[in-house]
Amino acid sequence: MSNPLSALNGATWSDGIASVVEVPMQGMITLRGDLSDPVIKAAATAVASVDVPGQGHANCDDSRGICWMSPDELLVLCSYEDVAANLEKMQSTLDGVHSLCVDVSDARAVFEVSGPYAREVLAKLAPVDLAPDQFTKGMFRRTRMAQVPAAFWLQDTDCFRIICFRSHAQYVFDLLTVAAQKGSAVDLF
Amino acid sequence: MLILTCPYCGVTAEETEFHAGGEAHLKRFGPGSSDEDFETYLFMRENPKGVHFERWRHVYGCGKWFHAARCTTTLEVFGTYSAQVTEPPQEILDTISEKRPGWAWRDLA
Repeated sequence: MSNPLSALNGATWSDGIASVVEVPMQGMITLRGDLSDPVIKAAATAVASVDVPGQGHANCDDSRGICWMSPDELLVLCSYEDVAANLEKMQSTLDGVHSLCVDVSDARAVFEVSGPYAREVLAKLAPVDLAPDQFTKGMFRRTRMAQVPAAFWLQDTDCFRIICFRSHAQYVFDLLTVAAQKGSAVDLF
Repeated sequence: MLILTCPYCGVTAEETEFHAGGEAHLKRFGPGSSDEDFETYLFMRENPKGVHFERWRHVYGCGKWFHAARCTTTLEVFGTYSAQVTEPPQEILDTISEKRPGWAWRDLA
């Protein structure tokens, strides 16, 4: 039996204005289809146990959740061990419906940036308005972090979760640690 | 800085989150067309100073293609609209007429 490892094996760093942690082994299932179709919605909610979020939002509860990726795509989060079973369940629900669901857990890496300066660290890297009244809990944003695509949401106050491609994991980790280095606070927010 | 709003996911972002896709509303001339039509389709592009229609892709976001009407001198965006159309919607044309009276672009005015 193979022993699954995350991209950076759960690397952590906290020697600056925010702490950066790689969240290991997050189960992720991409679901594409007509999001107004109740069958598609049901397939997502049945395995994530949260409601389908509106445009640009995510409903996440620890490692379970649903993220709105685009008008025809959802990202269903669940525990890594349950991915195969959940995928089977979704595929049987979606039988005969024009749709696609794929396990993408091993194609991605997840980071958590937390601390009072977490917003600032992200604001340095992404072209997104991260003012506390503009980017609020529940919002989900796919964007660019320096030179690579990334997506993030507020898991909790001052605690962001970031999803990027697995092959970009080291780059994103390095970016975050540089943006969070000691003495780099701008005190913008 | 050019700031665009993706009509598919509603995100307003600056141009680095998007990718330009060239001139909008080209009519394709494929196999069986005359050499002249084919050459025009392949190579002849507008390069206006002022009102312009372009295709853009929300490459770092939802990944969808869309259309944008903008001014090449001021970077003012008159509006963005669906990719599934062959000509700009009337409200975009009205907005442009209001802001740039007497404008013309190809056979639009």
